[in-house]
Amino acid sequence: MSNAVIAEKRPSTLQGARLPKWSPWAIAVGSVALGLGISAAAGLDSSIQWALIAGLLFVLGTYVIAARVEGRRQAKDRIATSLVWVAFLLALIPLISLVWSTVSRGVKVLDLYFLTHSMGLTADSEPGGGIYHAILGSLEQVGLATVLAAPVGVLTAIYLVEYGRGRLAKAVTFFVDVMTGIPSIVAGLFILSIMLMFDMQPFGFAGSMALAILMMPVVVRSTEEMLKLVPNELREASLALGVPKWRTILKVVLPTSIGGITTGIMLAIARIAGETAPVLLLVWGNSLINANPFEGAQQSLPLYIYQQYANSAGSGAAYDRAWAASLTLIAFVMILNLVARGIARWKAPKTGR
Amino acid sequence: MDTQIKDAPPPAPQPPTAEQKRAARGATRPGDRIFLGLSRGSGILLLVIMAAIAGFLTYRASIAISKDDANFLTSFEWNTGLVPPKFGIAVLVFGTVVSSIIAMVIAVPIAVAIALFLTHYAPRRLSGPIAYVIDLLAAVPSIVYGLWGALILVPHMNGLYGWLNDYLGWTGIFSWQGGAPRSMLTVGILLAIMILPIITNVSREVFRQAPQMIEEAALALGATRWEVIRMAVIPFGRSGVISASMLGLGRALGETMAVATVLSPTFDIQSSLLDPGGGTFAQNIASKFSEASDLGRDALIASGLVLFVITLLVNGAARMIIARRKEYSGANA
Repeated sequence: MSNAVIAEKRPSTLQGARLPKWSPWAIAVGSVALGLGISAAAGLDSSIQWALIAGLLFVLGTYVIAARVEGRRQAKDRIATSLVWVAFLLALIPLISLVWSTVSRGVKVLDLYFLTHSMGLTADSEPGGGIYHAILGSLEQVGLATVLAAPVGVLTAIYLVEYGRGRLAKAVTFFVDVMTGIPSIVAGLFILSIMLMFDMQPFGFAGSMALAILMMPVVVRSTEEMLKLVPNELREASLALGVPKWRTILKVVLPTSIGGITTGIMLAIARIAGETAPVLLLVWGNSLINANPFEGAQQSLPLYIYQQYANSAGSGAAYDRAWAASLTLIAFVMILNLVARGIARWKAPKTGR
Repeated sequence: MDTQIKDAPPPAPQPPTAEQKRAARGATRPGDRIFLGLSRGSGILLLVIMAAIAGFLTYRASIAISKDDANFLTSFEWNTGLVPPKFGIAVLVFGTVVSSIIAMVIAVPIAVAIALFLTHYAPRRLSGPIAYVIDLLAAVPSIVYGLWGALILVPHMNGLYGWLNDYLGWTGIFSWQGGAPRSMLTVGILLAIMILPIITNVSREVFRQAPQMIEEAALALGATRWEVIRMAVIPFGRSGVISASMLGLGRALGETMAVATVLSPTFDIQSSLLDPGGGTFAQNIASKFSEASDLGRDALIASGLVLFVITLLVNGAARMIIARRKEYSGANA
């Protein structure tokens, strides 16, 4: 009814009464102040509490004010808007904290010495030491996993897109989907059960095999998407010239989609580079440099982080190293991601989609 | 790229059985046959790997379970060193399910809200970069989340735990005896943070595909933005959100390192979510593995098999929902 009253006052507009644009901010400031005041008065010292009180006040205040001025439907709309904003801001807190703490704590010991030395002469509880052995191990394991997984993944995707009809293709599609969801530790256990059968000791390549299992479905999925983007006209033109199908695929389809395929493979690498669980089961970790992935325990970057955290009984130096290694790992993953996306944008097939 | 085409062999003269040959196209020339063989072989290799995973795990698990003196599914013990050994997964099932449920309860509404924020609320200029950042966050390795959770999140949980204990302690679920907050609730919250980017990404894709025409029609009829979302966007995206959530659930169920770093495990079930204790499948494997005997490893593999089956079911269900949705929604066409 308040609508009608105000509408009569301003007969020139068809719109109902609206709160001024600054009102959400005003209500927010008011409720934060009130929340702080209440918690100060009641002697509550947890920051969660006053935030909660302020949030409740904000939602209530918005609803009551908007319902009075604009009507109930608008009030609900405003509540939904503020809830959505709150959810977004709430989610930002841990994510920003994660990035911030990794960067700020990681730079403490991250220097050239850290990147070029192993833990061979340093006990886990002492300062010093570095991640050279872990970087080396990670690069070897991930590289070997890529060598295993990328060709299989790309060929499978080619099969699915270029040849795949019938039951086999359907089964492959379904199981690729299911395989995407395999927990990394299960992939580790699978290789472990094979190793137990042959009584093998942990070595780097075993980790690579588990990582390859995790990588294959990701590569298949992304390559499939990219191959589907290649316009059929290109294939038909090539086939019409009498080019055999396999050459068409190699010389026309793959070059057209190579950017996207590279991106997919790099994203998959970024995903497996951070996997800890299979490496923990299969490669064990090593404080010394072991450059041979086919014999003896190796280290890897994510495993190094875990062991620095878990085996050092709360030593600050070990935590510093763990943060620095995290920062290195995140930087590696992020650079891979950014480069991959850059390639995707740069080499995107011009399909005019 | 078309410069390569000119050195292609001239088309072979077509014998009278051209119809059949065209039907079997791709397998006529030796090059084609090899290439088809390779690519089909890769597809088959994937199936073989899946079968091998199931087969090998089942084989090792059967070794362990045949020696198990307790009921593998319902026993609350994990003593593989005993003679006869006794171990069971009841505690792990409980811990895995509870931590995942907490994660889902927290993550799904927030993720859906963020997805709506990005598609319908955020200023255009903001939503692109934010979506990009969320994409990147999905790529942060789980061990980094674990380290952050153990060193940053855990100390910050004290306030929340005290508060929950003060006001909700009477329920029993939220009572707290003052131990370090390395319990199921913290694990659930950390898992929620970890799966948030995935669920957000998939939901955002779904919401973005919501038919524009219907939204505009609703707006034209005077619906508020929230009414548009409730009547046009959410019904359209419901199955997509469900499958996104199940993908997140699959990840939460199998998460190893984040749980292993944050939880202080015990092999029993705590009645309160706030008291440290309990365990999950993946965490139990990671933390028991290094000291396990041969039988102990087989027992862990057996528990891994259960985890494998659970995630298989969850992911399979999620994919079925997605596939079914593709059939009935003509929006993508």
